[in-house]
Amino acid sequence: MASAVLSIATQCVSPNASSLSINETHKGKAKLGGSTLRFSKSSGRISMTVAVNVSRFEGIPMAPPDPILGVSEAFRADTNDVKLNLGVGAYRTEELQPYVLNVVKKAENLMLERGDNKEYLPIEGLAAFNKATAELLLGADNPAIKEQRVATVQGLSGTGSLRLGAALIERYFPGSKVLISAPTWGNHKNIFNDARVPWSEYRYYDPRTVGLDFEGMIEDIKAAPEGTFVLLHGCAHNPTGIDPTPEQWEKIADVIQQKNHIPFFDVAYQGFASGSLDEDAASVRLFVARGMEVLVAQSYSKNLGLYAERIGAMNVISSSSESATRVKSQLKRLARPMYSNPPVHGARIVANVVGTPVLFDEWKAEMEMMAGRIKNVRQKLYDSISSKDKSGKDWSFILKQIGMFSYTGLNKNQSDNMTNKWHVYMTKDGRISLAGLSLAKCEYLADAIIDSYHNVS
Amino acid sequence: MAVRNSLSGQLFRRSSVVAGARFMSSWFRSIEPAPKDPILGVTEAFLADQSPNKVNVGVGAYRDDNGKPVVLECVREAEKRIAGSQFMEYLPIGGSIKMVEESLKLAYGENSEFIKDKRIGAVQALSGTGACRLFAAFQHRFHPNSQIYIPVPTWANHHNIWRDAGVPMKTFRYYHPETRGLDFSGLMEDIKNAPDGSFFLLHACAHNPTGVDPSEEQWREISSLIKVKGHFPFFDMAYQGFASGDPERDAKAIRIFLEDGHLIGLAQSYAKNMGLYGQRVGCLSVLCEDEKQAVAVKSQLQLLARPMYSNPPVHGALIVSTVLGDPELKNLWLKEVKVMADRIIGMRATLRENLEKLGSPLPWQHITNQIGMFCYSGLTPEQVDRMTSEFHIYMTRNGRISMAGLNTGNVGYVANAIHEVTKSA
Repeated sequence: MASAVLSIATQCVSPNASSLSINETHKGKAKLGGSTLRFSKSSGRISMTVAVNVSRFEGIPMAPPDPILGVSEAFRADTNDVKLNLGVGAYRTEELQPYVLNVVKKAENLMLERGDNKEYLPIEGLAAFNKATAELLLGADNPAIKEQRVATVQGLSGTGSLRLGAALIERYFPGSKVLISAPTWGNHKNIFNDARVPWSEYRYYDPRTVGLDFEGMIEDIKAAPEGTFVLLHGCAHNPTGIDPTPEQWEKIADVIQQKNHIPFFDVAYQGFASGSLDEDAASVRLFVARGMEVLVAQSYSKNLGLYAERIGAMNVISSSSESATRVKSQLKRLARPMYSNPPVHGARIVANVVGTPVLFDEWKAEMEMMAGRIKNVRQKLYDSISSKDKSGKDWSFILKQIGMFSYTGLNKNQSDNMTNKWHVYMTKDGRISLAGLSLAKCEYLADAIIDSYHNVS
Repeated sequence: MAVRNSLSGQLFRRSSVVAGARFMSSWFRSIEPAPKDPILGVTEAFLADQSPNKVNVGVGAYRDDNGKPVVLECVREAEKRIAGSQFMEYLPIGGSIKMVEESLKLAYGENSEFIKDKRIGAVQALSGTGACRLFAAFQHRFHPNSQIYIPVPTWANHHNIWRDAGVPMKTFRYYHPETRGLDFSGLMEDIKNAPDGSFFLLHACAHNPTGVDPSEEQWREISSLIKVKGHFPFFDMAYQGFASGDPERDAKAIRIFLEDGHLIGLAQSYAKNMGLYGQRVGCLSVLCEDEKQAVAVKSQLQLLARPMYSNPPVHGALIVSTVLGDPELKNLWLKEVKVMADRIIGMRATLRENLEKLGSPLPWQHITNQIGMFCYSGLTPEQVDRMTSEFHIYMTRNGRISMAGLNTGNVGYVANAIHEVTKSA
């Protein structure tokens, strides 16, 4: 420890000390073992002080790269021409360029002209944004909103909103668990771990069908102790792209109600999955219509392309307006020691886009375009693989899955082969981001997938 | 006790019919309303007040002489340059590299050897709050048995931050009510009595809420003693440039510690000095023994940030790196930050003059001795309540006045109010 080093050093210092006189201003260094001694004048006395160069954080190990965000780093480092980044879920144009929505540019110019100030938002965020986001999620005429039963707090995109929800659970539902799908977005586990909320998994992905293990899902939700929080993806499940059908959603709602569980929705792709904002919110609205109390985390990273602005919301729909008020106050109390108040820029963009009818219509059209491009790419990929692969394997899951991602069914070794041999960057769980795929690259990708699937085990 | 226990323990189910849907008792029944945030709650109350004379000297946000928020010219210029043209792709978890580089130069010195030797593990953070929270979480993870020593008083949110990060707090003496100045001997004693190797939270300049800073000489003694004790110094620097008008001067305490060989931690904020309050942009840095350690520390900070917010917001970071990275814009910024600091210093003098002219029986030198945005007036909570109820002047109950809320138009009114509530004290 630092202090031990100090005492040893101090004992050895005396021979040098005697050469310093009282008022001498002497700045010198002497190396002694691992630390450096400095002599400094201090208010007319000699103070022999030892510089503490031994860090408090000496034993800190190097953390592993993030499994998702680390993929892009590795991609950037690759110098090969044919490289393809299907890692992180960020939308790309057909030219594989990032895309700033036109409505966003227009909103930003409006904001620039108006010369808005940069004052602190309230802890709960921009009021206009909170209103817009709840209405977007539930529908402006939803009874829950009319009855003021919705507590909405602006959050740091999906991650930050989920973290607020997790912190609420840890503080007010001690001992309660969260049930998360197997598999789920990698960061869900980190969020609940760091928030100290225990979790376990419900079956979700069926590798045999590359589809939903519906029976397993229902069974596991039923088996969980009463009052468990069940984390559900509102639409475009990440990483599989496999969503329950409307009929399956009804059954899921049934069993959650029977067991007195609390549904916790992660809605990161509203509008992006089917192209329709309302359609993609159907699952959430179903639960709310049944009178259930629901937590919902939202993100505008993908559907408004506002990734780096970190804009989202945590919504708690509860049984009374009085309850919503109390819950909102406690969400604020959790947010204050995390970041005090949320960033304003993204919130203003959303509020402007959603609040200006012309811009809102334009947004809907741009979203249909983005979702449409993904659907086209899915079709092209499916066509390419089906025509090239003579093994008879059923690749139709590519078409059945929805949203930005596709779970290819490739295992870790096969995924590694995709990267090492074909320079196709993806996550080790076999997930590819179709948003990073162009029609032009579908043939190449088809070859890579076929090779990895058949020739690598 | 979890709400669900009370529900399943009894068969009783209370339900209410609302628009045809039946509800069980809410899951959130046991959630109590949170108390209003003592600082941000003041502004809420101020906004609700209808009086034409109302004055907000609560929250620390700069106002010009007309009481209006200010967006700096250098910031507007930077925004023009970045509007619409930048992609909004995710920043790395550690944030904007350019912004972090510029922040380190500002704090550690343009030609700092530590920057050259890459010994600083640093990440972009969600303003000062986020930087402190990230450090507190880091401290908890790697020194789980440690505590944080905080000055009495300190910014209210420091308590919340380390508490929610699971790090217990201890205090050290700081403010001396009798002199409205620094309790230097108490401070030194408490540093000495703390077990070797404790973590200490220090305000680099413009102490919040008191405005009382150690002198340069006192900082040198504090540094020496902390070194002898092997304590870890964590600096919260929210007002660099804003205190004296000169960023180099405001970083003096940090530079003293660096010269003395401390391995410091530092939270920086651009909320006040660049007026970027709502953008939430700041920086957390930890000075390490060598580059390898700095890389490891940064990687662990990222591991903590990922489940909090994944990656930090880009807009404010772009503004900061554009301003600091362009010599012309940086010069403009230096001028503008001096204008803000000078206006505050001027208001301090005026407030003190007014109180003395009114014939106040109490001493008021502390108003001009103290520095930065805040003044610890010495008003009691009861006197503060009178300021609000009788004069519609809003401030926090610890007697802290945000000098930025004063201007030539209201300083006389405020002086008069202070005099009224204190003259019989």
